[in-house]
Amino acid sequence: MHNFITYYLGTGFLGSFVSSVIPIVFVLSYALVAMYLELKISAHMQDRLGPMRTGKWHGWAQPLADVLKLLQKEDTIPTAADKLLYILAPLLVFVGSYAAYAAIPFSPAYIGADINVGIFYVIAVSAIVVIGILMGAWASDNKWSLLGGMRTAAQLVSYEIPSSLAVVAVIMVAGSLNLNDVCAAQTGWFWNWFVFGKFPFLFVTFVIYFIASLAETNRTPFDIPEAESELVAGYHTEYSGMRFAFFYLAEYANMFTVAAVASVLFFGGWNSPFGTFMSGAVWGAFWLIGKGMVLVLVQMWLRWTLPRFRVDQLMYLSWKVLTPFALADLVAVGLWTVLR
Amino acid sequence: MNAAARYFTNLGKGFWTVLIGMRVTMRHLFTPAVTIQYPDEKMAISDRGRYRLYVNMDDCIGCNQCGMACPVDCIAIETAKSLPTENLGVTSTGQKKRLWVTKFDIDFGKCCYCGLCVPPCPTECIYMTKVFEFSEYDRKNLIYSFITLNPDEVEEKVSQAKEAEREAAAKKAAAAAAQAAQKPASTAVAAERTPKTQQPAESEPKAAGSQPEISPSTGENPNEASLKKDPSQEEKPS
Repeated sequence: MHNFITYYLGTGFLGSFVSSVIPIVFVLSYALVAMYLELKISAHMQDRLGPMRTGKWHGWAQPLADVLKLLQKEDTIPTAADKLLYILAPLLVFVGSYAAYAAIPFSPAYIGADINVGIFYVIAVSAIVVIGILMGAWASDNKWSLLGGMRTAAQLVSYEIPSSLAVVAVIMVAGSLNLNDVCAAQTGWFWNWFVFGKFPFLFVTFVIYFIASLAETNRTPFDIPEAESELVAGYHTEYSGMRFAFFYLAEYANMFTVAAVASVLFFGGWNSPFGTFMSGAVWGAFWLIGKGMVLVLVQMWLRWTLPRFRVDQLMYLSWKVLTPFALADLVAVGLWTVLR
Repeated sequence: MNAAARYFTNLGKGFWTVLIGMRVTMRHLFTPAVTIQYPDEKMAISDRGRYRLYVNMDDCIGCNQCGMACPVDCIAIETAKSLPTENLGVTSTGQKKRLWVTKFDIDFGKCCYCGLCVPPCPTECIYMTKVFEFSEYDRKNLIYSFITLNPDEVEEKVSQAKEAEREAAAKKAAAAAAQAAQKPASTAVAAERTPKTQQPAESEPKAAGSQPEISPSTGENPNEASLKKDPSQEEKPS
């Protein structure tokens, strides 16, 4: 069975509802943990301590305090803002980020929706975020938000291409768009993972996908849309309180989506690195979440290592480096797959 | 071809430097933090650090050198002359104290912690300590009073000094009047002996008579007040 919830509760309203609520419980708790890790890791990488007092033990309650603070903030809407778009924008961004969780196989026994076009669905639904961001930027009635939104749209759309090409290369090797099948094709020990396959081409594919996904999630070095020193906060300058919390949550949710997709495509998804040792339905969830967290940590690591890209450098990277390499890589992997 | 070579070298260099950067950050992840967690931990303060002042009143002679040196006038000192019968003691440098210090207020809200009041003190009784944690909620609480006399004693000393001044001034006036009275008598005798000097002798008693009226008025409060304000003028360090 691919989804133990619908197996036991049926595919009616109850089954679907519980099945779609589980990832949000995961996303919310993961977001708190990720926020705390971000604060602490960034602090220690900069030889400082980060939060130490909230919650007495090394400031573990800092994200909780932040969430409570955001909940209590005044809900302001700029007078000249386009009310409907302003209110819809954070919702769209969050829905776009969260909808991708439907097709991620958390374990052999749990996948929200076992669709045959899994990865295609994930990429398509993540593009809704672009609309949300542009809406937020335009509705804020703020020149800098608009500039930030324009840059974001350009960035997200440009980096969709190398990202999707990298995904296509993996799909060619796996033979199916269904993410469960992609995981199933990587069973065994860790050398069966796609990242080590068709060496070195699939490794290059992974690097391309990882860089493109950093740009997709607006993480440094691609965080021009929210460059604090340049655009105040870009498209979410005018947002405060819960609306800002939605954008923030969407960013962390996106980070994990992209990390989870990379784990599934390249690192064996819910498979254990030791073959049948420590494998199964529950272990599978542990492995997928663990691999996702490792990639999230690498994303944070990069954030505190690299300075921000200029907009023209960003465009250069996407169109003149990643896309040609992705195309060349796609041809190489295809040839290898066909000729073997 | 050059462009292609440059393209690939740039790419390679970019990639490589990113990896070097990542190694640096990873190394720093495990270096101990340099944060000093105040207030649980505190930084060491140098011995010559200029923080809150302290005045050792046992050594204070009330000279107001510190008050005069202060660029922001945050030191307010008032003194009262002691009676000759009182013994205020001796400072640690061997000076006999002659003034009761009835007010010694330092307003730490005004104090700029420059330390200019420390060198002029003849007995080194004012100095800077290492205390810097003395915030208050009310500005009035930053005015520190260093005197060792309680308010009753202060009143007593001030009034006693005033009394002594008044007595001294009265004595002076009486003495001056007595002197003036003596003078006409001596000149009258001299006039009998020398008739040529009769006229000046007649005018003298009038001038001598008016003198007692003038002297008490000039010897009164203005002088006393000026003495109080500038005790340095009367104090002669031995």
